[in-house]
Amino acid sequence: MAKTLLDKIWDDHVVADLGDGWDLMHVDRHLLHDLSGALAFDEMAARGLPVASPELCFATVDHAISTMPGRTARTFERGARLYDRMKAGVTKAGIRLFDAGTGGQGIVHVMAPELGLVLPGMVLICADSHTCTNGGLGALAFGVGTLECVHALATQTLRLQRPGTMRVTLEGQLARGVSPKDVILHVIARLGVAAGVGKAVEFDGPAVATMEMEGRLTICNLAVELGARSGLIAPDDVTFAYLAGRPFAPTGEAFDRAVVQWRGLASDADAHFDRSVSIDVGQVQPTITWGTSPEQAIGVNEPVPDPASGIDARARADMCAALDYMGLEPGRPLAGRKVDRVFIGSCANSRLSDLREAAAIVRGRRKATNVAAWVVPGSVAVKSAAEAEGLDRVFREAGFEWREPGCSMCVAANGELVAPGERCVSTSNRNFVGRQGPGARTHLASPAMAAAAAIAGAIADVRTI
Amino acid sequence: MPPFTIVAGQAAPLLQANMDTDVIIRIERLTAPDQTRLGDYAFEMLRFLPDGSENGTFVLNQPRFREAPILLAGANFGCGSSREGAVTALAGRGIKVVIAPSFGDIFHANCFQNGLLPIRLDTATIAALAAEVEVCDMPMTVDLSEQTITTPCGRTIAFDIERRRREALLLGLDDIGQTLRLREAIGAWQAADRIKRPWIWKGALGPSD
Ligand code: SF4
Repeated sequence: MAKTLLDKIWDDHVVADLGDGWDLMHVDRHLLHDLSGALAFDEMAARGLPVASPELCFATVDHAISTMPGRTARTFERGARLYDRMKAGVTKAGIRLFDAGTGGQGIVHVMAPELGLVLPGMVLICADSHTCTNGGLGALAFGVGTLECVHALATQTLRLQRPGTMRVTLEGQLARGVSPKDVILHVIARLGVAAGVGKAVEFDGPAVATMEMEGRLTICNLAVELGARSGLIAPDDVTFAYLAGRPFAPTGEAFDRAVVQWRGLASDADAHFDRSVSIDVGQVQPTITWGTSPEQAIGVNEPVPDPASGIDARARADMCAALDYMGLEPGRPLAGRKVDRVFIGSCANSRLSDLREAAAIVRGRRKATNVAAWVVPGSVAVKSAAEAEGLDRVFREAGFEWREPGCSMCVAANGELVAPGERCVSTSNRNFVGRQGPGARTHLASPAMAAAAAIAGAIADVRTI
Repeated sequence: MPPFTIVAGQAAPLLQANMDTDVIIRIERLTAPDQTRLGDYAFEMLRFLPDGSENGTFVLNQPRFREAPILLAGANFGCGSSREGAVTALAGRGIKVVIAPSFGDIFHANCFQNGLLPIRLDTATIAALAAEVEVCDMPMTVDLSEQTITTPCGRTIAFDIERRRREALLLGLDDIGQTLRLREAIGAWQAADRIKRPWIWKGALGPSD
């Protein structure tokens, strides 16, 4: 029978059929970070459980670590406590930690692909909802809760039901000034934040086939904002070229053998998906969110929608609440709206290509005086590579802050936050109420759009800068 | 996990769609040293005004719903972050059942791990329940073993739940204990995989940084 990419990976990982549609699934990679790691190891200790397969688990520190230049894992005090507990847990279990101050550290979903820890056909988990990012490499990757994380530490498996399947085909090619971030925000706006609930979403089509790996990771990063626990892209030559030479990827003859297996993972041509949609991305404009849900996104020159257009009373009330929180009125475009902060970072957009895209806008210019602009590279490797190209100087000379790797203002768990009422153009993935700090007003956008906002001091169409 | 029994009490209507886990519990509360009082902070951005005073119009601040063990919610409840603290915060406030048209996938799984019952009903049925809460003063009763809800106006409606989920809640079963009994099968699977996909297993022995 014809199978999807999801089916192939799933069937390869069933350790036992538990009945009623439940499978015991092997976990090939378990990634841990400071925030969830501390809680999971506390629970493991409380239950007196040992870690079953430490060689398949890897840890780093990202959520609650300061990104201040010169920071250590102890600079942010609350983070230091979580870090200590996580570090004690991984040390006791013999789990490899990519520690602060060492080469491999970074946002978990940035450092893992970069090190080759994520390979096609794997089942990969992390107690973090944006684990779906790693699906860009053709792995089945999804976020879990703390107790599922404990289950996986203790058994290297999870009890799961196979999700449904959805295929999103991206037709056409991206126009100038339009990035994968704009595409995925557009897709979420079109399909809604609940479109993928209960499903694994596979992205394919001409726009995906020609997209570089880092863009694919951005697309899959926001699959969870479609409601899907996993996003997937079939591995192809772009994937294999990306993986070749990565520290944890196989080498030589083993690599070739792996590629043979990986090539067989793509969904069969006649495979059935529970839902298939096709979206022409040729028409996508630089896109930005106006509200408090990632689906509340529009082209930068489109007017903010009128709540009167809501389909029912509930939708109208939700739109009014979002406009009120964001301090916006309907009917006018966002372009020209003053901003206080710009944040370039997060597992959505903190890779080298993202920093290059932003630097291309910033080069030779100065940020507006009313804006505080930060660049937070996703990992130590990204930071070093960017510095080798002189991107740090481009940003610094324009008045941006160049910081250490971590989640930072994406989630504000490390005390770095947007002040109440401040408007921030952010390259992260969530614009929820209070996400970047209580009362913070977040507009999600691409790195180029964020850079343009910093230069203009206001939301701006990157194509006019 | 204590077994789940019958829950009876007020049902608080909080029907906004896409209520995300960042709103249910703020990230700062999850980095605080004391994680036992998360219930005090559930929905804090909605429960309190910027000056720190209580927002009297928020449903869970209304005298009738302060102790409500049941939440009537909107679509995609618990979307967003995987933080399990969102479930423990609700449980810490005494909420035992959330009824919504749909849930965030990870939140939904986390509920069962923590003995909280998420029930899926269609939007119209939930709207009707919310309307009954306004007009009838009786508590709502959720009976998991019978899979029924007795509404405030005395109607009985059925709900669906997977057999396994139901059993695990009713018996308070522990997943980890059950899986540990399958250790041998896991070991055998891993032994075969080391041959089939050796590159997965470089693991902790991989290159140093
Ligand atoms: S960067 Fe943001 S979204 Fe990504 S893992 Fe960190 S907190 Fe989560």
